Amino acid sequence: MPAPLRNRGIIGWIWEHMFSSWLNIALTALGLLLLWWIVPPLLNFLILEATWSGSDRTACIASELRPRVGACWPFIFERINFFIYGFYPISQRWRVDVFFALLAFGVVWLLAHRAPFKRAAAIYFFILLPILSVMFLLGFAPLGLSYVTTSLWGGILVSIVVASVGIVFALPLGVILALGRRSKMPAVRLFSVIFIEFVRGVPLITVLFMASVMLPLFVPEAWSPDKLLRALIGVALFASAYMAEVVRAGLQSIPRGQYEGAQALGLGYWRMMGLIILPQALKVTIPNIVNNNIALFKDTTLVFVVGIFDFLRTIEVSRIDPKWATPVTSTTGYAFAAIFYFICCWMMARYARGVERRLATGYKR
Amino acid sequence: MRPIGEAMSIVEQGAGNVDGAALPPAVEIVAMHKWYGDFHVLRDINLTVQRGERIVICGPSGSGKSTMIRCINRLEEYQQGLVTVDGIPLTGDIKRIDEVRRDVGMVFQHFNLFPHLTVLENLTLAPIWVRKIPKKQAEEIARHYLERVRIPEQAAKYPGQLSGGQQQRVAIARALCMSPKIMLFDEPTSALDPEMVKEVLETMVELAESGMTMLVVTHEMGFARQVADRVVFMDEGQIVEVDAPEEFFAHPKHERTKLFLSQILH
Repeated sequence: MPAPLRNRGIIGWIWEHMFSSWLNIALTALGLLLLWWIVPPLLNFLILEATWSGSDRTACIASELRPRVGACWPFIFERINFFIYGFYPISQRWRVDVFFALLAFGVVWLLAHRAPFKRAAAIYFFILLPILSVMFLLGFAPLGLSYVTTSLWGGILVSIVVASVGIVFALPLGVILALGRRSKMPAVRLFSVIFIEFVRGVPLITVLFMASVMLPLFVPEAWSPDKLLRALIGVALFASAYMAEVVRAGLQSIPRGQYEGAQALGLGYWRMMGLIILPQALKVTIPNIVNNNIALFKDTTLVFVVGIFDFLRTIEVSRIDPKWATPVTSTTGYAFAAIFYFICCWMMARYARGVERRLATGYKR
Repeated sequence: MRPIGEAMSIVEQGAGNVDGAALPPAVEIVAMHKWYGDFHVLRDINLTVQRGERIVICGPSGSGKSTMIRCINRLEEYQQGLVTVDGIPLTGDIKRIDEVRRDVGMVFQHFNLFPHLTVLENLTLAPIWVRKIPKKQAEEIARHYLERVRIPEQAAKYPGQLSGGQQQRVAIARALCMSPKIMLFDEPTSALDPEMVKEVLETMVELAESGMTMLVVTHEMGFARQVADRVVFMDEGQIVEVDAPEEFFAHPKHERTKLFLSQILH
């Protein structure tokens, strides 16, 4: 005998999940209403009523023929290189492209589940890539790469550099701080606790201000680090304090038997941590680590307060350009930024979900 | 306080051993005390184990028997007295502790296998990193011991894919891969389903027959009868009675021992 219609197929599913009770019906109606409010205007603005070609503001101005004007995409098309490279010299922008390619290659190699030679990937990502990045972005005379001062860097380049440095340094520093906080040595523990609690107790803006204003006071003027480097240090330290707490939670989730099993075999502290405890602890914290990284990636927009031209800042200065001054220019710029950030964060979140699902199946691989 | 200190006839028991006379005893515990905060868990423990000797330690739960053998590889600290393992005194010195741990294998109630590593990796990890044995050779040794505990076909699996009995046998093989001089067993069958107890006990009997020095905390009295040279009975943090198994089971001397045996042997 076939199951009753209600329990089968799409209709059955819709019935059960959307209309099975008065509360469900009310929530369904509310959801549809919200979609009705949000989706059509968004589609209208971004696509249907948007301007797709033109060379200045006149293309995006409302007229009697076109009473409603959507996004002014020609503005983005014309400025896209500025958004990506900032003031980086036009003739040298290929070097930034090389950096993007190297970074993308490293990320895929390191994170893709099926990619081979993970150890080599880690060496490439954590040692080779930073060196290559500095050589290409900043300059390396022996290869004929001229020096490009960091004050010319800008746009997506800076956002990516700040976020990557924060992410790449936060994990090892965070691990060290987390181990320090659980250490039996009082001095190490005290230092870790004070550092973590202090950094977590102040906003990122404060850390950035301190890094750019106070750091030069502590180091000799001769090698006072440049503005971007100072911000990078600030972001890395800030992120590492948060990462430390995430890693600590992971360490606490490892049962005592694992420590004892390792100790009983005569593995010393560092081998026990490196081979047994951390691999397991980091595995369970991957979703949280990615979550932290998403937050950090968005937080990098704050570097503008110390005068660094990140992606959002390039949009800020472009949107007031008289050549493109229209009522929709700002909205278009911000919409573009939103789309960019959304895609990046969404990809990170997707990756975390994939890892979570893989871990949920146990250690079967 | 110390009812049977003089009753321990250690010397005669150990003298039967071939190399027992020349070399230091495998384990020597002298007047050891341990406190958890104010709670006096171990009171004046004295026990000498000769090389090749098999000791079974039993007693009611909370009697301190696990704590005692965990003091032998310093998973637990003690506050008074001295534990000497194979001639090495165990004090606070970390280097010595690791030195002792390398030569003392331990099997836990809950196996404590490393779930992120395959069975083979579990077995080769310590030989490679602690004993500095080349990977290939370590894998050969590992396969040899997997063969000995009769699960060679499981080498590529993860611990989570094995039954409890198989996991415990992997844990035994893992300890053996370090070629230990002494093996400690902390209730190795207590967490197993009844039908898996036998396979683990058989492995342990074989190990005992090969001449390994063993200290086993267990409630398996059949095992004690079969392989033990001496049975140690503990209660309330003290060693109450030490005797050869035939004597221990047939003529227990202390009231507490009689009560325990009557409860456990039905």
